[in-house]
Amino acid sequence: MAKRTAPEINAGSMADIAFLLLIFFLVTTTMDIDTGITRKLPPPIDNPDENIDVKDRNVLKILVNSHDMLLVDGKPGSISTLKDKVIDFMGIHPNNDKYPEIKEVEVEELGGKIILASKGVVSLKNDRGTSYDMYIRVQNELARAFNEMKDDASVQYYGVKYTQLVDEAKSKVINKLVPVRVSEAEPENIGGGN
Amino acid sequence: MSRFKSKKGKDSPAINTSSLPDIIFMLLFFFMVTTVMREVTVMVKQNMPSASEVQKLERKSLVSFIYIGTPKESKLGTNARIQLNDVFANIEDVPLFVAREREARDEADRKLITTSLKVDGETKMGVVTDVKQELRKSNALKINYSTKKVKAGDLK
Repeated sequence: MAKRTAPEINAGSMADIAFLLLIFFLVTTTMDIDTGITRKLPPPIDNPDENIDVKDRNVLKILVNSHDMLLVDGKPGSISTLKDKVIDFMGIHPNNDKYPEIKEVEVEELGGKIILASKGVVSLKNDRGTSYDMYIRVQNELARAFNEMKDDASVQYYGVKYTQLVDEAKSKVINKLVPVRVSEAEPENIGGGN
Repeated sequence: MSRFKSKKGKDSPAINTSSLPDIIFMLLFFFMVTTVMREVTVMVKQNMPSASEVQKLERKSLVSFIYIGTPKESKLGTNARIQLNDVFANIEDVPLFVAREREARDEADRKLITTSLKVDGETKMGVVTDVKQELRKSNALKINYSTKKVKAGDLK
């Protein structure tokens, strides 16, 4: 008897089936990338009474109250001028009592060059009644200020903006020169909001 | 006879579609691999604030999410609530949530976990601060405030 060959399977509808599956995955896919402002929380303190002394002139105090109003360094401020204020505060002003102290940093990566750095710290304090929207806007302005300073430093030493630095070692140097020094105070309830 | 011949000459050959399924399958696999199925149903309002200085959240498998906002269903009240996984939770549940999230990851990856706070813009900072304090106590220090990305000039 002659060998019977199995009849060929009609694969004409294969494309249709694949299309159906494809469309299902196309519809269910979410391509959105999560973005946000990354921050590092300070580690928990063992002894709450122990306060680290920071000289008054080294701290830029930013307070946000429950009505979303800003107090920058004791004076009412606005969100539009906050960035420039932070940059001005963190800048190098030799022999000026109103600005933070200056320290000398030796950077090995730049051939042992000595660079002046500010000892300034930005202290952010918000009320329980502050809206999250306002808080993010303040955080964003602070991030903008520090990013701008990083860009400036990067252009000065490497000739390109911070975001365009490819070499990770170079980014590290810039991060060392311009550390993001934002401290968040322990929470307090003053405005009565919840 | 000649009539038939001329007709046959005009016919264009059929395009070979036998490789079409392969092409489609390739596309299909691409989408299957890149798809992330939503694991939790968000039950709170999520109208994120906008910011310009944002970073991308990389390695999604190392991110755990905490949702905060007023419940979508109005009968559940208008106070901001915390949502962990699929349930509403209280502030005391945060340390357990952090511990569970740690358990679920590889030991080497545990200190790389980022906690993404997905907070509605209208929420008051009180709840957020409480959550942050709990995260500090449980040593989950890397956090990310989830925001929409806009250009610096478009911020109002």
